[in-house]
Amino acid sequence: MTDISQFPASGAPPARATSSLMANTPRTLRRNAAEKRFRLYGLIAVSIALTTLAIMLFTIFRDGSSAFVQAKIVFPVAIDAAVVDKAGTRDLAEMSKVTTVGYGRVLGASLVQHLTDRNIVVDGSTEKEIADMISKDAPARLRDMVLADPSLVGQTISFEAFATGRIDGYLKGRVDREIAARDSNVSVLQLDLADAMVDAGILKSSFNWRFITAPDASDLRPEAAGLGVALLGTLYMMVLVFIFTLPLGVGASIYLEEFAPKNWFTDLVEVNISNLAAVPSIVYGILGLAVFINFAGLPSSAPLVGALVLTLMTLPTIIIATRSAIRAVPPSIRDAALGVGASKMQMVFHHVLPLAAPGILTGTILGLASALGETGPLLLIGMVAFVTNYPASPFDGGVMDPATALPVQVYSWASRSDPAFIERSSGAIIVLLAFLVVMNVAAILLRRRFERRW
Amino acid sequence: MNMFKISASALAIAAAATAADARDQVQVTGSSTVLPYSTIVAEAFGENFDFPTPVVEGGGSGAGRKKMCEGVGPNTADIANSSSRITKGDYELCMSNGVTEIIEVRFGYDGIVFASDVNGPEFAYTQADIHGALAAKVLKDGALVDNTAKTWADVNPALPAQDILVFVPGTKHGTREVFDEKVILQGCVDNGTFEALKAAANGDEDAAEEGCMALRTDGLSVDIDGDYTETLARVDANKNGIGVFGLSFYQNNTDKLRVATMSGVIPTTEAIAAGDYPVSRPLYFYVKKAHLGVIPGLQEYIDFFVSDDMAGPDGPLAAYGLVSDPELAATQAMVAAGTPMAPIE
Repeated sequence: MTDISQFPASGAPPARATSSLMANTPRTLRRNAAEKRFRLYGLIAVSIALTTLAIMLFTIFRDGSSAFVQAKIVFPVAIDAAVVDKAGTRDLAEMSKVTTVGYGRVLGASLVQHLTDRNIVVDGSTEKEIADMISKDAPARLRDMVLADPSLVGQTISFEAFATGRIDGYLKGRVDREIAARDSNVSVLQLDLADAMVDAGILKSSFNWRFITAPDASDLRPEAAGLGVALLGTLYMMVLVFIFTLPLGVGASIYLEEFAPKNWFTDLVEVNISNLAAVPSIVYGILGLAVFINFAGLPSSAPLVGALVLTLMTLPTIIIATRSAIRAVPPSIRDAALGVGASKMQMVFHHVLPLAAPGILTGTILGLASALGETGPLLLIGMVAFVTNYPASPFDGGVMDPATALPVQVYSWASRSDPAFIERSSGAIIVLLAFLVVMNVAAILLRRRFERRW
Repeated sequence: MNMFKISASALAIAAAATAADARDQVQVTGSSTVLPYSTIVAEAFGENFDFPTPVVEGGGSGAGRKKMCEGVGPNTADIANSSSRITKGDYELCMSNGVTEIIEVRFGYDGIVFASDVNGPEFAYTQADIHGALAAKVLKDGALVDNTAKTWADVNPALPAQDILVFVPGTKHGTREVFDEKVILQGCVDNGTFEALKAAANGDEDAAEEGCMALRTDGLSVDIDGDYTETLARVDANKNGIGVFGLSFYQNNTDKLRVATMSGVIPTTEAIAAGDYPVSRPLYFYVKKAHLGVIPGLQEYIDFFVSDDMAGPDGPLAAYGLVSDPELAATQAMVAAGTPMAPIE
């Protein structure tokens, strides 16, 4: 277009004498400038995308990395037989009547005693304030320990208890004295105590495995909340989704691509598959609630139902990816196989499928990755819940036990009132990202392993 | 590999087939305001009893009650938490689905507070101030006019001259009902707008009430459909904003929020229990009686919930911000006896 307009419609072309390979014509200059500009636009687009990603990752890691560290109080606990085993019979049925309140008193008294022994005194602090520095989940853990091993009664053991979320926040710099003065959940004296205990080496922060392994906890003890149940639930769901989608997705794609006659019906199926891939995920949740829970009578909050719903959601994506992988196998391979007398099925399973496998796996794992981050459909089937019992092993029907999932845990922590949960919410995102990275690395490795070139 | 996949799928399908068995843990659903209390009780219950920890879901009072009213059977919820009393419609839905006996348990009270950015000025409101700032129609020099107040000082010269911007709970929240009734409507009556509206509607009280509760739509009153964390984020972003929160949420975020007094009373659990702080509401949970004795641990869970160890004035729920119910003993007896609620008129 511009080429033509360069020349006047009538008259001779401009004198050629002035043009030289050494000196660019204005036209070339303009073309080169346009190309430079285009490259610049591309660079700008890439850098905007990268900056956004960097900002997102930076905020997540800034807010979330502290979730992996937890302030812990280590002190000797004298397990007082007069409290935990009043009858003195070491009878488990009798001992289990002592609630966590009793064990809380044991812990509180031991900490007060230990601070007195170590001569750590803050004027004005009460015994209640000292005892309240111990997480509310410590009594439950001590109770479990004693009920598992009644011989501990009467002994003095070294016990590691979590400090409460506020003390933990103080060590992390989230809480200061000015805030503590306004906060009814922590006092300035407790912060003074915390300083003294840090100096004495009783209170220190270290890596918190229980953030990854422990179950969720209530709003009174954010420090004890962990991702254990959510991780298991997500793992169960992902394995089940993989088991459900792969045979269904690959089977459907092979049939549609290699065997199905080309008629209005298969066209209709094709159009519908593409449309289903764009249906909002919450719709699958509504469907799951109606079909799997209300009609089929499956329990709510179960990873199995979650997996079925996510399977429905990811199937279209996987079928589309698998079909394009199968289509990418050169027809010459098919012709060669058929030419030497292979049946159509032999051709598919001996030649086409192995060659398409890397593409199929990549598509499947990308589909799983999108299912991994899904919260909407799980909301409706009751997986956005407070669950603290680990689901049983999958061979024991654990897929029917209530569980949550990683993205759900992010959501439910983000809506809780205690600021410590906000930090844990970001921490959960980091774990979710790690999960994603592992899955994507697996996809790349599998693809490398099976890749064939022709 | 293929054999493994096939057998695993067969296993999953077999597991699905045996699904209709009774479940062994209590299922609770409903109000997100009651959710933290419910999880605290569920957690302590799981620790101290030989039953699994109940599974607690949020999602809203209305949605929870409808879920409970779906019918009787192990795949329906046992308990619906609710931050407002069950509506006649929900009660009838329950009846028509065969859930004929519901135990209504009121376990305490919750305060609703107005809070602003911690570095902003102090606010001392009356309900009339809030109504005057947020209502669509206000009384000015004896005539009903569209609300044009821009700053709080326009409404009441005693208040700081800060721009009006209030984040109120959206209409799907149970909190909104209390906000409408105890703040807006009360304020409307207090500042005389109610009488004027009633006169304008020829004595029709319902129309006057509706006129009272119509909030201005020029962006100074913002409905928040999310939870309190969203309100907090909005107040964080707009330092002029005033948010409506639950008392316990405020108590956990005193580093970011400054609470306003209402009619001169600072909201505390004590002030609410004594009846001095005017904006509070009862919290409920509803139990499906047909599931008692069927779902293991259900009776024990509800007994434990209303016990003095939990819902009493020194219990963990009070520590989190619940205002203990003075009539808790009567509730305990009612729960132990399993008395179903009387039909709603």
